[in-house]
Amino acid sequence: MQQEAPGSAVISLLVDNESGALARIVGLFSGRGYNIRSLTVAPVDEHGMQSRVNIVTTGTPADIRQIKAQVERLVPVSRVADLTADGPHVAREMAMIKVVSSGEPRTEALRIAQAFRARAVDTTASSFVFELTGSTDKLDSFIELMRPLGLVEVSRTGVAAICRGPQTIQSL
Amino acid sequence: MGEQDKMTPQTASSAPDAQKPQTLPGAEVLMRALDEQGVEVIFGYPGGAVLPIYDALFKQNRIRHVLVRHEQAAVHAAEAYARSTGKVGVVLVTSGPGATNAVTGLLDALMDSIPLICLSGQVPSSLIGNDAFQEADTTGITRPVTKYNYLVRRPEDLAPAVHEAFTIARSGRPGPVLIDLPKNITVGDAPYVAASQTPMRVAKGTAEPDREAVKRAVAAMKKARRPLFYTGGGVINAGPKACENLRKLVKLTGFPITSTLMGFGAYPGNDKQYLGMLGMHGMYEANLATHGCDVLIALGSRFDDRVTGRVDAFSPDSFKIHADIDASQINKIIPVDQPIVGDAGRIIEMMIEEWEKEPAYAHQADLAAWWEQIEAWRALDCLRFSQDQAPDAVIKPQKAIQRIYELARETGRDTYVSTEVGQHQMWAAQFFRFDDPNRWLTSGGLGTMGYGLPAAVGAQIAHPDALVLDIAGEASTLMNIQELGTIAQYRLPVKLFIINNHYMGMVRQWQELLHGSRYSESYSDALPDFVKLAESFHAKGLRATRMEELDDTIRAALEHDGPVVVDLCVTEGENCFPMIPSGAAHNEMILGPDQEERGAKVTREGMMLV
Repeated sequence: MQQEAPGSAVISLLVDNESGALARIVGLFSGRGYNIRSLTVAPVDEHGMQSRVNIVTTGTPADIRQIKAQVERLVPVSRVADLTADGPHVAREMAMIKVVSSGEPRTEALRIAQAFRARAVDTTASSFVFELTGSTDKLDSFIELMRPLGLVEVSRTGVAAICRGPQTIQSL
Repeated sequence: MGEQDKMTPQTASSAPDAQKPQTLPGAEVLMRALDEQGVEVIFGYPGGAVLPIYDALFKQNRIRHVLVRHEQAAVHAAEAYARSTGKVGVVLVTSGPGATNAVTGLLDALMDSIPLICLSGQVPSSLIGNDAFQEADTTGITRPVTKYNYLVRRPEDLAPAVHEAFTIARSGRPGPVLIDLPKNITVGDAPYVAASQTPMRVAKGTAEPDREAVKRAVAAMKKARRPLFYTGGGVINAGPKACENLRKLVKLTGFPITSTLMGFGAYPGNDKQYLGMLGMHGMYEANLATHGCDVLIALGSRFDDRVTGRVDAFSPDSFKIHADIDASQINKIIPVDQPIVGDAGRIIEMMIEEWEKEPAYAHQADLAAWWEQIEAWRALDCLRFSQDQAPDAVIKPQKAIQRIYELARETGRDTYVSTEVGQHQMWAAQFFRFDDPNRWLTSGGLGTMGYGLPAAVGAQIAHPDALVLDIAGEASTLMNIQELGTIAQYRLPVKLFIINNHYMGMVRQWQELLHGSRYSESYSDALPDFVKLAESFHAKGLRATRMEELDDTIRAALEHDGPVVVDLCVTEGENCFPMIPSGAAHNEMILGPDQEERGAKVTREGMMLV
């Protein structure tokens, strides 16, 4: 069998909101040697009984299928979708980027932020905190551009993802 | 008796609060839930955090408790109880060291798909996280070694957790479930909720298998010229009916069948169509058939590395059908052509239905050629060894195990066999043949030394009138030798046969073959006198050192109505063959000295044919 090329995948799970559920998922990834590039988790139903977990992982298509099958075995996991494989999806993350600079670099940072539609959520005479939402690539390029302009700190949420169109994780 | 009365639901109906669920001390709720789940026996060891549970056990007489001598042994005993009965095994251990001692057993059960419930005590909820005496993060520690685990935080969660735990343990691919019970939960009052009133999360893997997938599998089977069934523990777990149907399917198709270590007895071991075990120490004919087959039908087996050998050379030319209840096993190691997810028993049933729809088999003649080839491989007699027959000759380990098997069979008694882990285990796997499922108790996936003696305890408790043997090595059995105390206490007539070669034999064999005969730390020095050891544990101790003593000693052990420890002193340097060295393919087996020359020749001929 031909080895398929490794790639990145967004896996979304619906999980019972119980203690240890996240440890179970994360432990499965570390115990079986799978990579977690980013992880987001928050309750998503009205009673807070279920959380949605979005994991960005890497591997060959066979690896990803195996990850999905392994995660499906976990008792508190009620739904698993490989959003990358199951059709078009939207994946976004948010970052807060702190830039400390003055003079020309400070003006340049503000200009670039405007071009990226980043919002300055905190401003002092010597610093900005920009809030930026977008794809991982967009956030990466913004951060790279900020680096020579006084970038001192980055806080990113990791990816939240959802499939496009009327389909839901339940109907996939 | 007052306590007993409180536990019957009828007494509650006259009470004013009849509508509300009945409230009892948590430990009694636990007993009642276990009772409702059909628990008859608990294997356990008391301690501070489980005293309320032991008190509740004391006050009732429906559930029996077997006191082991180490918590690891409790789990192995419960595993064997479960494996030999098809029921869920139950373990009760205290917090901290009690729970950590159980970890090896839990992982053993997880790897071999054994349904278990482990109840562990925990410090009171208010102390959790304080590094309290005998506190351990038990759910954290056992998360990767269980199918699921609970920490019961609220009294109203207690009964539902027990009921759901049993459902999870026994459904889908079975496995161990741990319930961690803080002391305030077992001491304080809790409502009793019946299983029927408990919402269960649906267990995975219980859906009906895809009929179209079965049809495609059967279509491939009908076109096969060199087919082979490769069955495993999943068929045993699917139950006696599945084993019965497997026999029917194998007869119907006329195909050869090989089994994994976990699958013994699903198909009769002495039947002509049975090729014996495959894999690292499997039969020559089974491995070459696996290598050469054109359709491989894997039923309830998981392509373990001890089965496959080198993965890229495993059964290279076959169309592979893989039926497993656990979808994550499919395409995990070996890419397959036709997956079928579902219960092995149900899939076998459906295969029979599909096969019978159109019973005409187009390639009977080709199948005859395949059988001819298999018989040629079989003629090599890969287990043959030479034993000096002189009365004072040293006994070979193979001879000892072969005679135990033959003489046990002569008794005509229903026989359960446990093993430790190592050479003796593989020889037992080679020489013992089982007519029925659930009789073979061994640690397959985890390879846990010290499994056999506590497993024999569990099997004998479950089957008091059966003959229960532990085929052991002197090194392995010392890992849980304290269970001779349990055996004495409950007067369990277990027969412990120690194949004593003064070495960790399998370690020694690998050191000889792979590490230039540097026997680093594998010699069993300063061994106890096993006869005296037996006597000090109130058992009968026997020893055989020469060929002339072998049969009489085995017979004396089998006839004795009580526990026996037999020290069978065997040759030290014997290796277990055939063997697929790790990283090698099935057609690169190492044969014993008796077969080597012919073997090499047959291999080449075989390779040309298949």
